[in-house]
Amino acid sequence: MTPEQARTRIAERFPAAQAAGDAPIVVTLPVDAWAGFARFAKETLGCGYFSFLSAVDWKDEGLEVVAKIDNTDDRLSLLVKTRLGPGVSACPSLTPLYRGADWMERECYDMFGIRLEGHPDLRRILLDDDWVGHPLLKSYAVDTPHPPYR
Amino acid sequence: MAVKDPTPRIVPVWRNFKDLTDWEALHQTRPEGDKHSDLFVSLTEGIHNFPGGFAVTTVADAFLNWARKSSVWPVTFGLACCAIEMMATFASRFDVERLGMVPWASPRHADLMIVSGTVTIKMAPMLKRIYDQMPDPKWAVSMGSCANSGGPFRHGYHVVKGVDRVIPVDVYVPGCPPPPESLLNGLLLLQDQISHFRRTGARAEPNPKVD
Repeated sequence: MTPEQARTRIAERFPAAQAAGDAPIVVTLPVDAWAGFARFAKETLGCGYFSFLSAVDWKDEGLEVVAKIDNTDDRLSLLVKTRLGPGVSACPSLTPLYRGADWMERECYDMFGIRLEGHPDLRRILLDDDWVGHPLLKSYAVDTPHPPYR
Repeated sequence: MAVKDPTPRIVPVWRNFKDLTDWEALHQTRPEGDKHSDLFVSLTEGIHNFPGGFAVTTVADAFLNWARKSSVWPVTFGLACCAIEMMATFASRFDVERLGMVPWASPRHADLMIVSGTVTIKMAPMLKRIYDQMPDPKWAVSMGSCANSGGPFRHGYHVVKGVDRVIPVDVYVPGCPPPPESLLNGLLLLQDQISHFRRTGARAEPNPKVD
């Protein structure tokens, strides 16, 4: 499947999504299409490889979740983005679909506080369980004290 | 005769401690004080104040300090890239064994901890614990910018801003990372400090010749 064909199929199936570019194809989605699009990408476009998942804090505009999923046979790669909206920190989880998303989503929760709904084991992965706050948010003060070592 | 029940021992959990002082109180105060050291100090005080007795105590001090500084065993505690330079210092080219230093893989037999690298907030309790496991008298060298002050990661959210917030430090070695020559110089400074160690454990005045 070529990138053009993939873009056509995405436009047919998800009219609300915008797809642009060839490598990677950047797909911008509304949040409610997030899990549905991932299933479509895995089953129809053959993207079986979950590359990474992360997030961006756009301050007043809210958080954006970014994931890259690849079809390694056809050299097709999708960069999927969704805006959660201002003040919202809930997003559907992709872990039931891709097992590789498990730790990525835990890190996303750890660093950005995004509650990935449907994740089987959503707890902190890098920081201590008693850590206060989510350090990669722009609102997190750099010099937040951490007793006893600050 | 009634047998006393043993005191139940509660395993300490790190997050239950309010702060570092709380943690230190558990690990460093002894229930009945330091009887042996107190006895030793009062004995040496007595000898020292006896007419001509200071000659005995200073010679004994000099001998003990010579022994201490000639066999400083550093515990192998590598944290980051500084550990590579530390290993180079331990290896044959720079060879700290000629100074009587044997890198030892157990804190219980070691006298010196070289904190070589970035100390994260998550690692700090473990570092403190290893330091507590070392027998007295013990020394610590802070190696590199990260251990001295947090270095390039000082404004990060996860780094302790200097290892002296966790353990007391005797010598700071600057550099990022310090080359083996720098660390060797730091270790020589430490040996000089140890040779001025007093019997009461008080630190000596800095030596203008080398400090």
